[in-house]
Amino acid sequence: MNNDVLVIGGGIAGIQAALDLAEMGVQVHMVEKLPSIGGKMAQLDKTFPTNDCAI
Amino acid sequence: MAEEIRIGVFVCDCGSNIAGYLKVSELAEYAKTLPNVVYVKENLYTCSESGINEIKAAVKEQDLNRVVVASCTPRTHEPLFRETCAEGGLNPYLFEMVNIRDQCSWVHMQEKEEGTAKAKDLIRMGVAKASLLQPQEPIESPMDPRAMVIGGGISGMTSALALANRGYQVTLVEKAAELGGLLLQLDKIGPANADAASVAEKHAQQVQGHPKIKTLTATKIDAINGYIGNFKVTTSTNGVQEEFGVGVIVVATGARVLKPVGLFNYDGEKVITQLELESLFKKGAFNAKNVVMIQCVGARNEERKYCSRICCMVAIKNAIAIKERSPDTGVHILYRDIQAYGTENEELYQYAKQLGVRFLKYDQAKPPKVEEGRVTVYHHLLGRDLELPVDLVVLSTPLIAGEDNETISRLLRVSLDENKFFLEGHVKLKPLDFANDGIYLCGNAHYPATVREAISQALGAASRASIPLSRDVMTVEPIVSTLVDEDACRGCGLCVALCPYGALEIVRTEKGRKVKVIPVACKGCGVCAATCYQHALTINSYTDEQIGQQIEAFLETGTEG
Repeated sequence: MNNDVLVIGGGIAGIQAALDLAEMGVQVHMVEKLPSIGGKMAQLDKTFPTNDCAI
Repeated sequence: MAEEIRIGVFVCDCGSNIAGYLKVSELAEYAKTLPNVVYVKENLYTCSESGINEIKAAVKEQDLNRVVVASCTPRTHEPLFRETCAEGGLNPYLFEMVNIRDQCSWVHMQEKEEGTAKAKDLIRMGVAKASLLQPQEPIESPMDPRAMVIGGGISGMTSALALANRGYQVTLVEKAAELGGLLLQLDKIGPANADAASVAEKHAQQVQGHPKIKTLTATKIDAINGYIGNFKVTTSTNGVQEEFGVGVIVVATGARVLKPVGLFNYDGEKVITQLELESLFKKGAFNAKNVVMIQCVGARNEERKYCSRICCMVAIKNAIAIKERSPDTGVHILYRDIQAYGTENEELYQYAKQLGVRFLKYDQAKPPKVEEGRVTVYHHLLGRDLELPVDLVVLSTPLIAGEDNETISRLLRVSLDENKFFLEGHVKLKPLDFANDGIYLCGNAHYPATVREAISQALGAASRASIPLSRDVMTVEPIVSTLVDEDACRGCGLCVALCPYGALEIVRTEKGRKVKVIPVACKGCGVCAATCYQHALTINSYTDEQIGQQIEAFLETGTEG
């Protein structure tokens, strides 16, 4: 059993999944089709309802 | 030999969030004039990759031994900058953050001069404190790799199974005599119309047959002590107490359906709740020619401001169930707004309309009137009252917080929101964690959820809980309380009584009664240090000396007044 995990997509969902897995000690490979990760979140200004800076 | 203090200050524009309202270049120039500051840099975004690299490079090239970033807020960015310092080869606790956005540029958007002057004060104070910072080492504590799940509904059972399937020993505690929670009272679960009782039963069988899960029903929690990695939970089952050592706790205590006593002539027979309608379905006892459902009963009002979110879908699901059972039965749904988010729910909403379910919008100020045999409702388009014949009225009432929430929140030292639901650590950054480490939440305990959402959250909470469980030792931030002057401590216990995290205890030593800090449980809030009239306790990185230095720096008026 190869214990590495592939995460397809580097938006907020992919990033959170990758971080949680990595925190558990799993080697994660993240693949994102765009030049940078962040997805839709990176294009937003503030996020509802706490108005945190999205980036 | 005292080391030479070499401080680097990074001032962030935060795009236009800071630079749009404060004179950032002037702040950078000002920082250069402050004592011990040897390097200053203005960044468009200090948190961007280039900003981070500039900090790392400056630590090496300028031989910095303290870093100050003046930017957004430590709440979201302090961990990143600390890590940056560590990567640059500097102890991460030789970093100080100055908040010139949330607490300065955002609140002084109309006052550029005054805002800039205040930011200078803040930077001067941050630099003054930074010069006294001491390196800190992370605190380690052993991890008990066992879990406790409180609540045996669908969320709790799902979470327990997920943890047990990863190989962790789980104790599942349920206050009722059997597992299943609210599911036991439901008929079908939308949108796929699964049978609620069989879903509950299937989960209960898996839980009870799992070698890694110990299930305690008819059991309540008497006491919870300890901290992440080392909780001690006392339970009682039929008066018999037991103690369990666990490393993490998942709160899955669910919610209750509001009983609409005194509303719309509720009597439990001709005027019933959606839950009671489902039990009629289950018994095969449904029989009505004209049904009127009323939404938002006891919800979205002054007393309960929140939307329970699932009731629209429940009403649509049950209206379809009526139409499929008895196509000639008339069904009206009187609503204020319809929440049917997601593809399946919207499809069900449209399907209900196709089946002939009538949706009528009512005004909160002119609520429907329920009388024997009829419901009167003001139709806002026709501009007059409509009379609907009725032999069964069904009220959609919200889910409300569990009756034990206050007790459990006190035992766990976690917060509730204004509606007494459990409050997550952060809406987006920690939606399934509590602010206290090692405690997680899912399902209706947090907020009304569909079964599907409750299951997702339960799997997520189990996943989050697995992070510490997967480690042999827990590492926590060393910004904690420290007994700096043991001789001064008189063992009065005032700090122990006030600590919200149970991180202090009084122990007997050779020198008499003294306080002992449990660093891994401490969150560094500072209540103890502020309370101790002997100044025996202090918080690392927030010592009296450091704060005193900040205050003195504030009182010094800068060169530009």
